[in-house]
Order: sequence, then C-alpha cells, then structure tokens
Amino acid sequence: MAGDSPKKIFILGLWKDNPVFRQIIGICSALAVTNLMLNSLIMGLGLIFVTAFSELTISIIRTITPKHIRMMVQVLIISVFVIIVDIFLKAYYPEMSKALGPYVGLIITNCIIMGRCEAYAQKNPPLSSFLDGIASGAGYTLVLLTIAFVRELLGFGTIFGVKVLGDWWTNWTIMIMPPGAFFVLAVVIWIARSISSEDKEKEKEAVKA
Amino acid sequence: MIELNPFVIFIASIFTNNMILSNFLGMCSFIAVSSDIKTSLGLGEAVTFVLTFTTILNYFIYYNVLVPLNLEYLRFIVFIITIAAFVQLVEMIVERYLPNLYYALGIFLPLITVNCAILGVSLFMVIREYTLLQSIGFSLGSGMGWTIAIVALAGIKQRLKRASVPKGLEGPGITIIVIGLMALAFVGFSGIVQIQ
Repeated sequence: MAGDSPKKIFILGLWKDNPVFRQIIGICSALAVTNLMLNSLIMGLGLIFVTAFSELTISIIRTITPKHIRMMVQVLIISVFVIIVDIFLKAYYPEMSKALGPYVGLIITNCIIMGRCEAYAQKNPPLSSFLDGIASGAGYTLVLLTIAFVRELLGFGTIFGVKVLGDWWTNWTIMIMPPGAFFVLAVVIWIARSISSEDKEKEKEAVKA
Repeated sequence: MIELNPFVIFIASIFTNNMILSNFLGMCSFIAVSSDIKTSLGLGEAVTFVLTFTTILNYFIYYNVLVPLNLEYLRFIVFIITIAAFVQLVEMIVERYLPNLYYALGIFLPLITVNCAILGVSLFMVIREYTLLQSIGFSLGSGMGWTIAIVALAGIKQRLKRASVPKGLEGPGITIIVIGLMALAFVGFSGIVQIQ
C-alpha cells in the first residue's frame, strides 16, 4: 500500500476524524489541563511528539511484530516516548512538569495514541504513519486550545497569562472548576457536530443535483 | 505535608476528589459503557477491584524496587506492565473458576487495562507521597467514587433516551453536559474534607 497523501491525512486528523469531537476519545486529559492555555499547549506538543514517534516506530516494526503480543509492544513503545517527554519537562520546565502532575504519565493511556497505532500505523508505511500521528495530535491540540481559550478567558480574564480583560471583569470561577470543563467541551462538540451535519446535507443535495 | 487519616482520604476520594468528576480520569469507558445500570455496576466493581490491588502492588514495587535502584523515572512503564499483567491474571482466574462472571464481564476486563483512572491513582499515590494505609484508602475510595458516578450516569441516561435533544448535541454532547451537572452537584460536597 502506498499510503495516503499528506493533505488527506491532515484533513482527516484535524477535522473529519478529529479524535476529540468526532470520536470522543482521549478526553480525560483534554479536560484536566485546559484551565490554562499554556498547560494545554505543552500537553498538546507532548502528545504530538509521542503519537508521531510511536506511530513511526510501530509502523517500522509492523511486519516483524507477532500479532498476539502487538498490544504489549505498542504500550511499551508508547511508554518509552512518554518517559522521554517526562524527563525533558522535568529537566527544562520543572514548574510545568509540576503543574501537569500525573497527566503527562497518563499520555500512555490516552486512547488517541493506542487507537491511531492500532487503526493506522499497523497497516500503513512509516512516513504516512508519522504524518498521521502529527495530524491527530494537532487535531487534539487544537480542540484543547479552543477549550482552554474559553476557560482561561472567562475564568481568569487572561490569555497565556496576559491580562486581556480589564478590572471591570468578574472572574467566572466555575470555568476553572471541573464543571466548566465539561460544559465547554459539550458546547465545542455541539458546534462541531452541527457544522458537520450541515456539511453532510450539502453533500447529499449536491449528489441529488 | 499534613498527615491525613486514611479514612479521611477514603471519604474525600469518593466525594470531594471524585476520580471522574474532579480529576477527569477514566472518561472513555465512563461515556462508552454507561448505557445500562447493571453493566455499569459490573464494570464499576471490576474497576474497584483491579484499582485497589494494582495500587497496592505498585506501592510495593515502587518503594521496594524502583526507589532503591534509583529507577523512579521508569515508573510509567513499570506501572502499566503491572496493571496489564494483573488484569491478564485476573482474567485467567475468573475464566477458569467463575465462567459465568467471565461471560458477564466480557470485553470489560481487558478494557480496564487502558482505563486511565487505574494508572492515574498509582501516579497520584507517588506524587502525593502516600503511605501504604493512605494508598489503600485512596484507591478503595477512588474505585467506589468511580462506581457511584458511572451508575448514576447510567440511570440518568436511561431517562434521557426519551428526551428530545438538539441534533448536534445528541449522544456524547448531552452526556457530557449531564456529567457537567453531576460535577456541579459534587462541588457541593467540597468543604467536608479536602485532600491535595
């Protein structure tokens, strides 16, 4: 199999198959780290790194991995890359590492990575798999940043820690508490799904015409 | 750090620090499997069981093997292997001795391996530097809190089937809003006990 064109991979990862609002996977961390945009960005970059390189590695060894232990192999490969991210954060951004707490380690159990490795990297050549990892990771990061934008703006009146709303602004504390995360995510899913159902109707009409 | 009574941690991890509603862990299976009260309860029990035992196992492995050898950074890989191996073992034992339970649980047992709540509890235990007794209270409470939340959600979802929901919000959208409302209700518990 030749693999898909990079453009198609990115459209799928960012919109059509977006892991968060299309497939509703990997949302644990999507909710936990989105009270600040900086946290979300770091988390997103970590996930892109881990997904891309795990998919690359798994794709390279896909022909020599015995079928019945492939899950175990996948988990081990993913853990190795997560450990790299964790050590890197501890060494260069110790405060960020503390703020993210256990959620960096929980990248291992983020279903997006497992899902993409199983669904894509197992069947496709290394380069497409690598791109697919970047694309799904980017789709995830984009949603994370959207949620974080709303939560940080309404909850603290800041964007990336910079005050944008003046003194007249009263912080919505609920936005930085857990319920706020659920509500914002639900609204994001609602908007995205409404747009996509309109897309589908247009496609149907186009076929009819 | 203030020494906390294991029982306080137990209560707190059920109500004020609920795994799902305040730490967002174990969401995937929480949303996917919560359509029926009975299966939710089965999954909740399985999660509580695996959670408690893997946390205890990981406690001993971390403090008796990894810390003396200065290999703390390997904890992610070691914890996930412990969890996977334990789930595999339980699966084999249940299949051999309790076949009825085995078929009732079906796909849930292997799914538990990738339930982030389980790895999450082990990681929290290390970060918060709990003692053995505190860890037991914490893991038992977290499992029970998770079970209460999933059973409650399953109950609400059965009623939701009859409601008319805007089109884009159907399915996961409305479920997440309901979880948000549940989280809001659980915020009411905060102030009873607090752990960090």
